[in-house]
Amino acid sequence: MLPIIEFKNYTFQYRSQKEPTLLDINLAIYPGEKVLIVGPSGSGKSTLAHCVNGMVPFSFAGESSGSLTVSGKDPAKTGIFGMSKTVGTVLQDTDGQFIGLTVAEDVAFALENDCVPQDKMFSLVDEVAEVVDIKTLLHHAPTELSGGQKQRVSMAGVLVDDVDVLLFDEPLANLDPATGKRAIDLIDRIHKEKKKTILIIEHRLEDVLYRDVDRIVVIGEGRVVADCKPDELLATDILVKEGIREPLYVTALKHAGCTLRAEDLPQHIESMKLDRYRERVQAWYEQVALPVAEPAKEPALEVLDLDFSYISGNPILQNIRFCIRKGEMISIVGKNGAGKSTLSNLICGFINPDRGKILLGGSDIADKSIKERGEVIGLVMQNPNQMISKPMIFDEVALGLAVRGVPEEEIKERVYETLKICGLYPFRNWPVSALSFGQKKRVTIASILVMNPQVLILDEPTAGQDYKHYTEIMEFLKELNESYGITIIMITHDMHLMLEYTDRAIVIADGKLIADDTPAHVLTDERIADQAYLKKTSLYDLAVRCGIADAPGFVDRFIYFERQVREHGRQNSDV
Amino acid sequence: MNKKFGVKEVVAIGIGTALFIVLTNVQIPVGFIPNTALQTRAAVLAFFAAVFGPVVGGVVGFLGHALGDALFYGSVWWSWVFPEAVFGVIVGLCAAKYKIKEGSFGGKEIAMFNVVQAIGNAAAWIVVAPILDIVIYAEPANKVFTQGATACVLNIVIIGILGTLLLVAYSKVGAKSGSLSKED
Amino acid sequence: MAGRILTYEEKDTWIHRLGGATKMIFFLLWSITGMLTYDTRVLLVMLAVSLVIFKVSKTEWRQVGTVFLFILFFLCLNLLAVFIFSPNQGTEVYGTKTVLVTLFGEHNITKEQLFYEFNILLKYFTVTPVVLMFIVTTNPSEFAASLNKLGISYNIGYAIAIALRYVPDVQADFTKIKHAQEARGIEMSSKTSLWERMRKMSMIIFPLLFSSMDRIDVVSNAMELRGFGKHKKRTWYMEKKLTKSDYLTIGFVVVFMVAALCVTFADGSRFYNPF
Repeated sequence: MLPIIEFKNYTFQYRSQKEPTLLDINLAIYPGEKVLIVGPSGSGKSTLAHCVNGMVPFSFAGESSGSLTVSGKDPAKTGIFGMSKTVGTVLQDTDGQFIGLTVAEDVAFALENDCVPQDKMFSLVDEVAEVVDIKTLLHHAPTELSGGQKQRVSMAGVLVDDVDVLLFDEPLANLDPATGKRAIDLIDRIHKEKKKTILIIEHRLEDVLYRDVDRIVVIGEGRVVADCKPDELLATDILVKEGIREPLYVTALKHAGCTLRAEDLPQHIESMKLDRYRERVQAWYEQVALPVAEPAKEPALEVLDLDFSYISGNPILQNIRFCIRKGEMISIVGKNGAGKSTLSNLICGFINPDRGKILLGGSDIADKSIKERGEVIGLVMQNPNQMISKPMIFDEVALGLAVRGVPEEEIKERVYETLKICGLYPFRNWPVSALSFGQKKRVTIASILVMNPQVLILDEPTAGQDYKHYTEIMEFLKELNESYGITIIMITHDMHLMLEYTDRAIVIADGKLIADDTPAHVLTDERIADQAYLKKTSLYDLAVRCGIADAPGFVDRFIYFERQVREHGRQNSDV
Repeated sequence: MNKKFGVKEVVAIGIGTALFIVLTNVQIPVGFIPNTALQTRAAVLAFFAAVFGPVVGGVVGFLGHALGDALFYGSVWWSWVFPEAVFGVIVGLCAAKYKIKEGSFGGKEIAMFNVVQAIGNAAAWIVVAPILDIVIYAEPANKVFTQGATACVLNIVIIGILGTLLLVAYSKVGAKSGSLSKED
Repeated sequence: MAGRILTYEEKDTWIHRLGGATKMIFFLLWSITGMLTYDTRVLLVMLAVSLVIFKVSKTEWRQVGTVFLFILFFLCLNLLAVFIFSPNQGTEVYGTKTVLVTLFGEHNITKEQLFYEFNILLKYFTVTPVVLMFIVTTNPSEFAASLNKLGISYNIGYAIAIALRYVPDVQADFTKIKHAQEARGIEMSSKTSLWERMRKMSMIIFPLLFSSMDRIDVVSNAMELRGFGKHKKRTWYMEKKLTKSDYLTIGFVVVFMVAALCVTFADGSRFYNPF
C-alpha cells in the first residue's frame, strides 16, 4: 500500500527565522491509519501539520527542500484550496473556526464556497450533523453552544467535504476532561466508520490514548525522535526526555521501581497486564509516607451563602459557602459554564450577589469598589493578550501603581523588585510583543503582583501550555505562594494542575458547590467527577487493579512523592 | 488593488465592523458641552483604514455606521453614514505611507497620519455631511454646519490622541526582536 | 449593554417569510422616497403604511420600546436645535410668515416653522418603523445571502455576516477586559480630566483591538482552509427563493415610489405648501 502522506528528507525554514523548523523529516502515513503527533511547543509539530494542509508555504512563507506528497499531490504546488479537498483541518480555536451565524451555515460553509446547490446542501448537512450528533443544534448561534459542541460543529464542517485525511490541531486544548473524552471517542468513531486517515496533534498524551491510536510520532527540535506503537513508546523514556507528560499511571509505576515492557500493553490502564508489577506497587504504597497535616491558619477569604442570578428564577450560583485560609493554594473546578467565572466576578465585585456575603480577612467587602478590591485581590485573566494594554513591559507592570498616583521613584523600585521576582528583570526595557506566551503570562501576573495583593485569582493559568511551560508557570506560582505567602485560587479544569499543585479543590456543578475536599478524593469519586465533568484519575484504576483498597490514599501518596521529587530536582538545578 | 483584496481583507472588514458596532455606545463625554461625546469608534475606524487601506476603511465606515445606528438606535441616518465611509477611504488612501507594518510609524509618519485624518474629517463632516443634511432633510445650513464642525473637531481630537496611540503601539508590535538584548 | 441592541426574533408572519432581498429593496426604495419627498400628504400616507406594516409584522413594544423612546428624545432635541439655529426656516421654505407666539428677537414661533418642523418629524418617522421592522424580522444569515442576490459582491455580504457573527464575542471580550482593567484601578470616572479619560479608555481599547487583530488571522486562515474565495460565485445555505408575495411587494414599492414622486414634484417643488 502506498502512503497517503509521505515526507522524504523534508526540511523547512520560515522566512522570518534563522534556523530550519523542520529538519530532514522522513515519515510515512498510510491510508486509514490513526497517528498521534506529540512534541513540546516549538518542536515543529504544528509546522508539520501546516505543511500537510498547505498553510505552509501559502500562509506562512518559507523555503523547503526534500519532498512531501499528500494523496499523490505536492501541497506546495496544489495550494490551500486544492488541499482542502483532501485534508480537513480542525483548528484549536473553536471560536475562530466557527464562522457561520448558525451551526447549519457553518457546516455548509465549504459547500457554499464550492457552489453546491441549496437542496443538496440541506441533505449533506443533515447527514454529517447526524454523524457528529449535532442535529438538534442546527439553528443555534455559536454563543448558545459549549466548547465541546463548537468543536463537533468544526468536525462536521470538514467532514462535509468528504476529505481523506482529518487533521486535528490540539483538539483537547479548550475542553474540560469529560468533554475531551467524548471528543476522543467521536474521533475514534469517525475513524472506524468513515475509514479516514486521522492525524492528531496534541501534547495531552494520556487523554488521547483513551482510545487506541496506531502509532505515535514524537517530534523534538524539528526532527522525528520516535515513530512507534504506543505500547512500545511507553516502555521507553523518550517522553520524559522530550518534555512530554507520561500517563500518570506510568509515572506511578516507574516511581514504584517498575520497568515497563511493551508486551504488557501499557497503552490503557484498564487492560494493561499488571501481574509483574502488582507487588512492587503495593510495596511502594506501604513504604511512602504521608505529609503531616499543618495547623489551619486564619481565614483569608470567606464566601458565605452566596446566591446569584442574572434573571430571577434562573440561578447561576446557589448557596455557595467556603473558606480559604491564608497561604493556601486551591483550585475551583467544574465544567465550563458551571458558574466558576461568575464566582470570581462576584469576588472581584464586577457583579453583586443577590444574597450572601464575601469576607476578606474577616470583614465584609460588600461596600468596597472594584478598584479597592483590586488592591487586595488580584485577578489574572486566561488570555494575557486581553490584559496587556501597554507596549512596553515596564509600563505594563507599572500601570496599576501609576493610576493610583504612587510617586515615580517608588513605582520604579516596586516594579523592578516585582520583575526580579518574576524573572523578567533582564527584559525590563523590552516591548511585550517580543515575549513568548508564557512570558506574557508572567508579565500579567507581575502587573497584578506589583500591587501586593493578598489573594491572587488566576483563570486557567496553564491553558494551552505544554508540559515544560506548564511546569514553569506552576512552579513560579508555587514559589509565590510559599515564599511570599500569597493565597492563590485557580479556576481550572486541568486535572493535573489540581492534583499536583493544589491542596484542596472546590467543585462547582450546575451552580452548586458539590465538594470541598482534597483533589485526591475528588478525582477518585466517580459521582463528583461525573457531575463536574471531570474524569477519574488513572491512578485510581491503577490502585484498584493492584488491590489497594484505599485508592485516595494511594493518590495522596503519589502526589506527595511527586512533589518531593520535583522539589529535589529544583534544589539540584539551583546548585 | 484588486489582487490585494483577499480573505484577510474580508475578515478585517467583518471584525472591524463588529468592533465599530460594539464601540457605538462606548463614548467619552466631553463634560463641558452637554450631549457631545468623543466617539471611540472613530479612532478604531482610523486604525483599520491606516492598517488595511481605503477599501477596508471605507467599507468598515459605511457598514459600521449603518449597522451600528440601525442596531442601537433603530434608524439609519444616511447623511452621516456616507461621510463615515468618505473618511475611511481618505485615511486609507495613504495607508502605505504610514509604514505601520514595517514598524516605523515614527515622528514623520505620525504627523502625516494626523494631517490626513484632519483632512478626512473636514471633508467628511464639514463638507459631505452638512450638504447631505441640506439636500435630504432641508435642514437649516447654519445648524448642520455647526453640527458638522463640532463632530469634525471631536473626531480630530480623539483620533489624534487615541488613534495615534493605538497605531504607535501596533507598529511597535511588529518591531524586530533581534535588536533586543537582555540586561542585568 | 447587550440588552439594548435590537435583534431578530423568529415569528411566522408573511413579512417574516419575505426574502431578505425583497425587504432590502423595500427598505432602500422606501428610504430614498422618504429622503426625496417633503410633501406632507405623501409623508402622511407613508407613515400610515409603515405603521400598518409594523403592526402586521407583529413587532412588540418590548422588542423596540427603549430604542423607540431614544429616537423620540433625539428627534425632539434635533427639532429644538433647528428652531434655535433657524427660527425662520419655515418662512424661507413656504414664503409666508404667520406669527403665533412672540418670544424674543428673531425667535418667534410661526405657523410655517411649526409646519416645517412637523414635516421633519414625519420624514424621520416614515423610515424608522421600517428600519425597526427590517431588523427584527430579517434573519441575519439570510440578509448576507440576499445582498449577494442584489448584485453586491459576496465578499461584502460575507463581511457583514462575520460582523454580525462576532458582535456578541467582541462585546463579551469588551466587558471582560473592562472588568479586569477596572480591578487594576482604571476607572472611567467623570471626575478626571478629558486627557486622563482618553488615556484610560486607550487601556481598554488597546487589548480589545489587538486581540481582535489576532482573531482576524485565525478566522481568515480558517476560512481559507475551507475554500472561501475559491470561485467567483458561491451559493448560500440560507438563501430564500423569491415567491409571489416577494414580487408583489417589490412591485408595490416601485409603483408607490413613482406615484409618490409624481405627486410630490407635480408642482415643481418637493414641499407641499398649505399656506
